[in-house]
Amino acid sequence: MPPPTMSTPTAGTGPAAPPTAGPAAGAKERITTRRGLVTTCAVLLAVLVSSVVVAIGLGSAVIAPGETARYLWAALSGGIIAVDEVTTYQIIWQIRTPRVLLAALVGAGLSAVGVAIQAMVRNALADPFVLGVSSGASVGAVGVTVTGGLAALGIHAVSAGAFIGALAASLLVYAASTRRGSLSPLRLVLTGVAMSLGFQAVMSVIVYFAPDSEATGMVLYWTMGSFGAASWGALPVVSAVVLLGLAVLYRYGRALDVLALGDETAASLGIGPDRHRKGMLVLVSLVTGVMVAVSGAIAFVGLVVPHVVRMAVGAAHARVLAVAPLAGAVFMVWVDLVSRTLVAPRELPLGAITALVGVPVFIALMRRKGYLFGGR
Amino acid sequence: MDLTLDGLTVVTDGRSLVRDLSLEVASGRVVGLVGPNGSGKSTALRCVYRALKPTSGTVRVGEDDLSGLTMRRSAQLVAAMTQDGTVDLDFTVEEVVALGRTPHLHGVQGLGRRELALCERAMERLDIRHLARRGVPTLSGGERQRVLLARALVQEPEILVLDEPTNHLDVRHQVELLSLLRGTGLTVLVVLHDLNLAAAACDRIGVLSRGRLVAAGSPAVVLTAGLVEEVFGVRADVVPHPRTGRPQLLYSLDPTP
Repeated sequence: MPPPTMSTPTAGTGPAAPPTAGPAAGAKERITTRRGLVTTCAVLLAVLVSSVVVAIGLGSAVIAPGETARYLWAALSGGIIAVDEVTTYQIIWQIRTPRVLLAALVGAGLSAVGVAIQAMVRNALADPFVLGVSSGASVGAVGVTVTGGLAALGIHAVSAGAFIGALAASLLVYAASTRRGSLSPLRLVLTGVAMSLGFQAVMSVIVYFAPDSEATGMVLYWTMGSFGAASWGALPVVSAVVLLGLAVLYRYGRALDVLALGDETAASLGIGPDRHRKGMLVLVSLVTGVMVAVSGAIAFVGLVVPHVVRMAVGAAHARVLAVAPLAGAVFMVWVDLVSRTLVAPRELPLGAITALVGVPVFIALMRRKGYLFGGR
Repeated sequence: MDLTLDGLTVVTDGRSLVRDLSLEVASGRVVGLVGPNGSGKSTALRCVYRALKPTSGTVRVGEDDLSGLTMRRSAQLVAAMTQDGTVDLDFTVEEVVALGRTPHLHGVQGLGRRELALCERAMERLDIRHLARRGVPTLSGGERQRVLLARALVQEPEILVLDEPTNHLDVRHQVELLSLLRGTGLTVLVVLHDLNLAAAACDRIGVLSRGRLVAAGSPAVVLTAGLVEEVFGVRADVVPHPRTGRPQLLYSLDPTP
């Protein structure tokens, strides 16, 4: 006897009908095949590399992409350049290259962390800073500036202060939202939002009583973000942490899929929800903390790039986590370029540009694609 | 593979949700768990698929104590169709079904050819193959239930536990789902609200009331008018099914006997 099956009623109306337009129509245009994914990543990588070269060439002194590539090649291969080219070389290699690379790294990191957090806390509004990391970092940085603490670390004191503040904030949020060893997503988000407001209040108080206006500038820097302080010195640490973080998140893509389906389902599929959420939380706090320490809290990227990428490739994290870092890196390189060239020599805060460019694009995409997160 | 609940007790916030529950599901049998709302059915089930750790007592699969196995290993043996609310992310039906393979896969390993065929077959059996590319959030409740069962089957478990699987299903799909369950040959523990469906589908029925098992046995033994009145507070006439002989309950809204 053949195994019983559920049959579609032959004379029925509903179930046999082909999927109708609307939300499903968007799904059809999605890139879901392995080949499509590889092509997408290859194209994005090519766009990223050329964006980096173009962005390094642009600024107060404009250098053609071909020239830029020649200088970069000389730097990488230990080649020789003429004496009168030294100034240009230094602008390119010492100032712009680390800055553009940092932008790419942070763009990639914020996007991937945003993807992970949204799945982990099952909330479309979550972003890398939802756990209070950014306001914690600001308090740390401003605190160090005002008190002159960590002076032994020299020019890295502020970054170190930001990093410590970021980690302390996520630890606090983590501890406050854990109840009987279990970590509920909603409690995590609520605690994070509440704590962020608390840290902001602490920061306001510090700034209010600070003797000079330096702290005020510091707050703006840390809440809007900038790559102005980029140097080769910080790059190795940032790239190691971000790239390692990306690799680990990618490795746990399926666990993120399962966590997004709910805790009951996760348990029944062998993914302990609490254990995975805790591990993931430690990872994203570290990665976000490092990024915030070198660039401040750049809003919007970690919130919106994940959604845009999901519109393009669907929800499966094996695909989202392959595409989102590349897309985020490209986006951030261009945002940084606009930030430092639009009203040069002044620099616009990154957070303002990410939002000004991103919001209209995001709204337009969302309307067109019939994107779903959390129901119709 | 047998499933044994032995002295299962769950206490949360000083309230005992399940008290000293012992129940055995013999290999390949379908056992139903019935009881009024809040009687501890879902709580007991959650201990079996390890969403909850019992306060005391054990769950055994075959010879093994479940708490001694890794989450991954127990998910290879026990699959669950749960009452987890909605899926927020726009996964497609085939993606959700494929996630049933999670306990069998390592790292970034993809699905093999056999596993893809397995998913196809499961979707066919549950009549959702035409929905394969649809986003799960766009499905009706009944369609979603069938997706979840397909995912559980793809898990290739020895034991299947289901929490009100017939919720949201129309009559036809209710009947088909339960006959499909019986056809799988798996050891099944299923929570059901509909006593008539339970009587038709289950080899044995356990009745829970306020966390305690108050009766267990074949449907004909358990589902008596007296027990139904005592546990559910409902008057019902119990008559044998004209063809199968299994007990069926007839309710009357008329208060006079």
